[in-house]
Amino acid sequence: MTKYILRRILYLFLTLFIIASITFFLMKMLPGTPFTNQNRLSPEQLAIVKAQYGLDQPVFIQYLRYMGGLFQGNLGTSFQFNNEPVTQLIGQRLAPSMQIGAQAMIVGTVLGILLGAVAAIRKNTWVDTLATFISILGLSIPSFVLAVLLQFYLAYKWQIYPVALWDNFQSSVLPTLALAALPLGNVARFMRTEMVDVMSSDYIELAKSKGNSNWQVVTKHALRNSLIPVVTIIGPMAVSVMTGSMVVENIFSIPGIGEQFVKSITTNDYPTIMGLTIFYSFLLILVILIVDILYGLIDPRIRLGNGGKE
Amino acid sequence: MEKILDVKNLNVDFSTYNGTVHAIRGVDFHLNSGETLAIVGESGSGKSVTVRTVLQLMAKNAKITQGEIRYHDEDLLKKSEKQMDDIRGNKISMIFQDPMTSLDPTMTIGKQVAEPLLIHNKVSKADALKRAEEVLRLVGIPNPKARMKDYPHQFSGGQRQRIVIAIAIVNYPEILIADEPTTALDVTVQAQIIDLLKELQQKIGTSIIFITHDLGVVAGIADRVAVMYAGKLVEYGNVDEIFYDPQHPYTWGLLDSMPTLDTDDQNRLNSIPGTPPNLLNPPKGDAFAPRNAYAMEIDEEEQPPFFKVSKTHYAATWLLHPDAPKVEPPKSIQQRFEKYQQMLGGSVK
Amino acid sequence: MEQVPKIPKEKFKLLHKKDNQAQESLGTPSLTYLQDVRRRLFSNKVATVCLILLGIMVLISVFAPVVAPHNPNTQRVEYSNLPPKIGNLDIPGFNGMQNMDGKSVDAYKAVNAPKDTYYILGTDYLGRDLLSRIIYGTRLSLIVAVLATLVDLIIGLPYGIVSGWKGGKVDTFLQRIIEIVSSVPNLVVVILMMIILKPGLVSIVIAIALTDWVTMARLIRAQTFQLKEQEYILAARTLGESSTKIATKHLIPNLSSTIIIQTMFTIPNAIFFEAFLSFIGIGIPAPNASLGTLLSDGQKAFRFLPYQMWAPALILSIIMIATNLLGDGLRDAFDPQSSD
Ligand SMILES: Nc1ncnc2c1ncn2[C@@H]1O[C@H](COP(=O)(O)OP(=O)(O)OP(=O)(O)O)[C@@H](O)[C@H]1O
Ligand SMILES: [Mg+2]
Repeated sequence: MTKYILRRILYLFLTLFIIASITFFLMKMLPGTPFTNQNRLSPEQLAIVKAQYGLDQPVFIQYLRYMGGLFQGNLGTSFQFNNEPVTQLIGQRLAPSMQIGAQAMIVGTVLGILLGAVAAIRKNTWVDTLATFISILGLSIPSFVLAVLLQFYLAYKWQIYPVALWDNFQSSVLPTLALAALPLGNVARFMRTEMVDVMSSDYIELAKSKGNSNWQVVTKHALRNSLIPVVTIIGPMAVSVMTGSMVVENIFSIPGIGEQFVKSITTNDYPTIMGLTIFYSFLLILVILIVDILYGLIDPRIRLGNGGKE
Repeated sequence: MEKILDVKNLNVDFSTYNGTVHAIRGVDFHLNSGETLAIVGESGSGKSVTVRTVLQLMAKNAKITQGEIRYHDEDLLKKSEKQMDDIRGNKISMIFQDPMTSLDPTMTIGKQVAEPLLIHNKVSKADALKRAEEVLRLVGIPNPKARMKDYPHQFSGGQRQRIVIAIAIVNYPEILIADEPTTALDVTVQAQIIDLLKELQQKIGTSIIFITHDLGVVAGIADRVAVMYAGKLVEYGNVDEIFYDPQHPYTWGLLDSMPTLDTDDQNRLNSIPGTPPNLLNPPKGDAFAPRNAYAMEIDEEEQPPFFKVSKTHYAATWLLHPDAPKVEPPKSIQQRFEKYQQMLGGSVK
Repeated sequence: MEQVPKIPKEKFKLLHKKDNQAQESLGTPSLTYLQDVRRRLFSNKVATVCLILLGIMVLISVFAPVVAPHNPNTQRVEYSNLPPKIGNLDIPGFNGMQNMDGKSVDAYKAVNAPKDTYYILGTDYLGRDLLSRIIYGTRLSLIVAVLATLVDLIIGLPYGIVSGWKGGKVDTFLQRIIEIVSSVPNLVVVILMMIILKPGLVSIVIAIALTDWVTMARLIRAQTFQLKEQEYILAARTLGESSTKIATKHLIPNLSSTIIIQTMFTIPNAIFFEAFLSFIGIGIPAPNASLGTLLSDGQKAFRFLPYQMWAPALILSIIMIATNLLGDGLRDAFDPQSSD
């Protein structure tokens, strides 16, 4: 198991390295510099600024420098925002994004599991139909559409929550809801399929033949067995929440990394775009790695299977 | 001998997309205390549905349209779900066909074996686990103490079936229903499981309903045999009567297709030609008639009643009607008749 | 049981049946399979409704120039931000009335619009007809989706087939690439592509297809792996048919259900990304309308003019829901076991 994890971590860095390189050269292909469309600089001033950022060096040297910095955890300096190091920029803005992201994942996953389980238990009844309908809505309506609607009704019209503000928990409710819909829909669907499958399996029949009541069959056997595979979709789920948060943060004016990313794009802040690209990829690979390890830990078949062989 | 279970005129329908499937069409049988009854028949003849109905572990689309299942003078079909829960795994338990999929993959086997104890008795968890360990030893799991914490995938197929058996007998049930418990196993393991069941029956005095489509297995374990075809019983009797004095052409076919030690060339396996009827529209006459080389006109018009062969032996075929012509059964069956005569001769002496 | 029924003697004549093997039905499975699929699809009411709904949308998009009441990009600043109005019908919400300082005013009268001038879904801040813009926006979204799906297929199908068919080292190598591509969040790839390419339809299509082909390639590869071992393909191989011939004659027809089903999930994905990019302002450039830009405009004005947000939000949601449901329906129709 440890050997497996180590190998995976090695892959993680290898993949990151490749992603960073590709991003770097893509950025170099871009026409113009961020300074061209900002304040009008004289050629001399431009040369000074370029030298300051090391943009006068040959591309290959720039690349080596960048990768060297990356190796020490340095993502370069933002072109905007008063020359702040990108790492620092991300660090400052990580907390709000993590908060709404985590809240959305938890709310979405928990509700999704409940919804999916209820649908599976009451298969082919109106409860199932309703649950399926809700999950389809959840995974079909884009988070930004939902965000806009929530903002209009719950914040603006009925004034239950702030429209666009970031201070307390109250202000995180709407963005959380907007982001939770997708994981909710996906988890509910997945859970239902899994559980319907499990409920028709031989071991559930055996559990029933032991004298377990229908409720006991569900709580003692069916739930755990259908929950384990749900872990596998947490990775992709986290990615879509991350995607959604870029624009949801924008809509609700939340000072998070998603909002930063969008802002950097519109201002051609290449170092920040690159830094965030690498950071997002890192997060994604990390989440997938953690989920894989977690899956191995909770599923006895994998846990023990690997322990025996490796 | 006391009748411990008595199934009367059982009829089960399934409603499906294509219509109503009449899977069980008037089945009568009983189980005597302490005996082993084998139910044999081709795939799809309704063996599983019959025994599942006894425990009321049916699919959602199943409907019992008629019948009675008397257990200790009470009709199981009139019991509530709660009352059935008290019987399942306690008084009557079941062993399933595929040991590879019958165990909960995410629960230790110790817990799985202890579960029926905890459901039906007021025992502490520790006591239940201790008892589970004993039963695992009883069914032949080596080193049960250490293996209690293992998961199903850490056991071989044969061992898993032993665990499934342990779960079924942990409460010393009065009736053990084994639905093809050996079909999924290697031949050598099959024999071991059969031996285990026989041994357990001796030890705990349970009555067994043993389902199989392999007549070869039956000879070793059953006291009585019921032959099933297309949702009906066609012949039943003591094991010798069925093996050496079979009357129904379907039983002939089954026996004829059975590889015996006497038949030297294995290739001479005659499986019964044709396929069972579609139970969406069961035929008016004898369901076996279309495949029956000895079919008569009456077979296509009217279903045969049971004709008595001996006090314990009945068969539902028009061939037993006094007006029916004498027919010549397949060679292997004739040999069986001869053997039966010798056996009778022997017992008379 | 004892009393023997009385039956005429002649009924007890042996019929002397021969070994009557039941005839194995040797029909044409592919035809009945497709018919079966169609039957199952149309017996699914939800999927049928979605199919009809999407069909209508496609038709309207194709005939947008005929159907749209106005040119979507014509500005009439004097008629800006007019609320919805349908003829002279007095339907609340569609009667041209607007709430101003707590009073209901006829917005059309306020701008001195002639009696017969009306906009069914109102106008935007530049006085452009919203209905026409939504029709053209939907058209654009659908075009993006169809093109992205096509490009997706063009990359994903051969990639998956080659990977699955060749196996071994080639497969390992191709799978590594997929692994790396899929470790970058889709959106990041899309955004990077959008920064590098010029904003516009083609860039969006390329950006979306660049991420989506991975899923397609994976599915096709897995299927190809299975198909490769099928007898008829083994037979074709031993007969020495060329790889391309095997691929087009045997593989692709058998992959079609996978392709169709996956397509139904690529389409909403593409529509989502287009709307997303346009919403954050790096998608379809002005003045052209897409559902994303319309929604973005609507969101900016939603406090006072909620109708500008509602219509695009609704249409976008309906397309997404309908394609997802139709995808489900198709999957169930192709593979009945997958549903219950
Ligand atoms: N849930 C169901 N819905 C519809 N038909 C069913 C259902 N369960 C069983 N049947 C039908 O009932 C008949 C009897 O099935 P059963 O499972 O009892 O056969 P079996 O004798 O146990 O066969 P096998 O040896 O294959 O286990 C079959 O024709 C089967 O198709
Ligand atoms: Mg069976």
